[in-house]
Amino acid sequence: MEPLSWTGALGTILDPILYILGPAFAALLVLRALVAGVMAAPTMRTNPDGTLTAVSGGLPVMIPRLSNWAGLAFGLLVVAYLLAGAIMGAHGAGIIGGISQQLVPVWLSLIALFVASITFKRRLGLYGKLFDSTIGMVGFALVMFWVFVGIYAGFDMLITHDPLSQVSGMKNKGPGIPMRGATAEEFQWYLLGGDNLARDVFSRVLSGATIVIAIAPLATLFAFMVGITLGLPAGYYGGKLDTFLSFLANLILAFPVILLFYLLVTPEIVQTGLPQFMAVVLFFFPLIFFAVLIHSRYRTQPGKNTLWLAVVLVPLFLLYMSAINGEGTKVNIWPLDFFDIPPGILVVFVSVVFVNSPTVFRIVRGLAMDIKTRDYVAAAQTRGERPWYIMLWEILPNARGPLIVDFCLRIGYTTILLGTLGFFGLGLPPESPDWGSTINDGRKLLSIYLHPALPPAFALLTLVLGLNLLADGLREESLRD
Amino acid sequence: MLLTALCLTFIVFFLTNLYPNLEKLAKNQGNFRMSDEQVATFLENRGYLQPLPIKYGQWLGVLPGYSIVGTDGKLREKCRAGEDITEPQTAFCGVLQGDWGQSTVFKDTVSSIIGTRLGLTGNLMLWVFLLMVPSALLVGILAGMREGSGLDRSLSTFSITTTATPEYVSGVILIAVFSSSAVGLKWFKGTATSAMEGANFENFFLPVLTIALYGMGYIARMTRASMAEVMTAQYIRTARLKGVSFKNIVVKHALRNALIAPFTVIMLQFPWLLNGVVIVETLFNYKGFGWVLVQAAGNNDIELLLGVSVVSVVVVLVTQLISDIGYVYLNPRIKVS
Repeated sequence: MEPLSWTGALGTILDPILYILGPAFAALLVLRALVAGVMAAPTMRTNPDGTLTAVSGGLPVMIPRLSNWAGLAFGLLVVAYLLAGAIMGAHGAGIIGGISQQLVPVWLSLIALFVASITFKRRLGLYGKLFDSTIGMVGFALVMFWVFVGIYAGFDMLITHDPLSQVSGMKNKGPGIPMRGATAEEFQWYLLGGDNLARDVFSRVLSGATIVIAIAPLATLFAFMVGITLGLPAGYYGGKLDTFLSFLANLILAFPVILLFYLLVTPEIVQTGLPQFMAVVLFFFPLIFFAVLIHSRYRTQPGKNTLWLAVVLVPLFLLYMSAINGEGTKVNIWPLDFFDIPPGILVVFVSVVFVNSPTVFRIVRGLAMDIKTRDYVAAAQTRGERPWYIMLWEILPNARGPLIVDFCLRIGYTTILLGTLGFFGLGLPPESPDWGSTINDGRKLLSIYLHPALPPAFALLTLVLGLNLLADGLREESLRD
Repeated sequence: MLLTALCLTFIVFFLTNLYPNLEKLAKNQGNFRMSDEQVATFLENRGYLQPLPIKYGQWLGVLPGYSIVGTDGKLREKCRAGEDITEPQTAFCGVLQGDWGQSTVFKDTVSSIIGTRLGLTGNLMLWVFLLMVPSALLVGILAGMREGSGLDRSLSTFSITTTATPEYVSGVILIAVFSSSAVGLKWFKGTATSAMEGANFENFFLPVLTIALYGMGYIARMTRASMAEVMTAQYIRTARLKGVSFKNIVVKHALRNALIAPFTVIMLQFPWLLNGVVIVETLFNYKGFGWVLVQAAGNNDIELLLGVSVVSVVVVLVTQLISDIGYVYLNPRIKVS
């Protein structure tokens, strides 16, 4: 079989357009930035109906308009590539077509999500407002793309080959090479080539998304639980408690992250059970958080209090015990063990939570110190509310804006940390398809073979970029109120 | 600050002295097929099995170094390691006495290793700062002087992209574009090993650029935010109404006030840069401080690791101090009382 080209038959029509439009668009963007920096802004005239018209036309008006048109055309071209590719598949539209066709479930989910969200955006609160800002929408699209890829790849849907299986003869083969000895049911090509152990790069990148999507948001959530549970009292009470907790937080922050990882994640340390004991402590914080949250609210209504506490805490406690308990490890005390977290994942998870929580602590502490001087807190104090009620039901909801924005940024940072761990070969097993490990594998032969290292690098880049843009959009929209 | 340093080194000490780590050390030092008892006597004879606080005191130099007659009849002392001695002698040799101990991987004194490696990394950091700070400030000021303009939007997108690109991603992409022998431009070298003897543009630019890019975006965004805030201030409007040209407003009125916030950010960037240094030195095979950290941590080289962590903690704490002091000097509204 012939190796695939990048765009296949589709390329004969669309490629020439790309070669003209791409450089033109890039040149216009550069020109636009130059014009905006060097030349004065166009003089405006206010029309009777309130709109603005530029009086002194010329370059400052023309260039942005032209670049907008070029951008639109470029966007349409990309959509054309993907759409035609999804229909024609790898046979007609080459590698891009193959990838696009493989990702059809993701495209459909994305379109459904966006159509639904934009239709109902006025009723969806802050989430709906996100669709008013272009940057926020672009970021959200990038993030959701990888979320859907991660979920579907987790159910073995999008990937073309097993991410761990090696096929002889495919070692370091370039993108689009037909798979040697492929049977009729199997996918016929390695879309993005094979890596140095002859595994399919495309499938590995998609499976890597599953790992990131599974770990990063959850680890960030745990870090937030720890940071909130400790940061609120530190900021609210101040005094000795604050001094002590801040000292601890600064202690962890003064550590170079990589040194900490090397000290916590080596197999020898895992043998001692230290990460598991840390998990015992760190995973307990969500329980404390929810217990205090519910108790402080329904303290005066014992019936409701007990009900809610039971409904929330019993499942959480069972999850907690199953998570920390492991057959044949240092912590093995609980009979009802529903699942075992693989030790590598647990260690990575714990160390990422551990590294992130001091920063969250500092943010929450600062917010609490700021908000506790407000009038509504004073009012609650005069009413005779308990301190924990004030912290969790008066201060925390009013700190949600900055916290949500930081949550998005922090998921991105956690993704980077996970990549760093993979890059140094710490924690996850070496054949694991996570992006950090694949980049580390690929970089060794980087000067000869580019294709194993670049796709995971771009995947990580786009996900983190999406999260940053999303945070930016959220910040803009929440400031607008 | 001293307390922080002491706590941190103690944590490192504790983690590196856990028994499985010592076992690995013993097997690396002796031979890999030692039995458990052999490992125990090996460690016992070299003073590794003393109680943790005592070992820590010895390393610090507040307790006299051990002097143990081993099971094989040989006398070993911490302060005269590797010497053939017969007479026991009490001596202090810890960090306080200026003795940082011996590296078990490099077979050299820790102070000399850290000295040379820190010099190499210092060279790298110098160029990173020379590239990163001016360009970040320039980008931030250009973006912040007209908030919401096309220039602002394109420069902001650029800085968001660089903050979203960790070093191991940007490094890989830069190597692929500029130095790959397959399709790349072949302008620069993909490794910086030769830069350790003679750094030149060809072998040193890529690692410097890789670290600088990641830090740059953050500083640029901070500068932009503070510049945008200053540009809406009353005195800028006054200057505008007086008819001062836009260029003069930016350069003479806004700039100094806009640079206060970025200064602290630049200083607090140091600990993050340390991370970047470790990644970039591994990626480009530049054997500096970060590379030593990886080697020491990978081989559980206790005394070298302690030296490395002391240095990095001191760097972090000193930069925090400088940032506080500098903030007071730059901002006339804050007085030292």
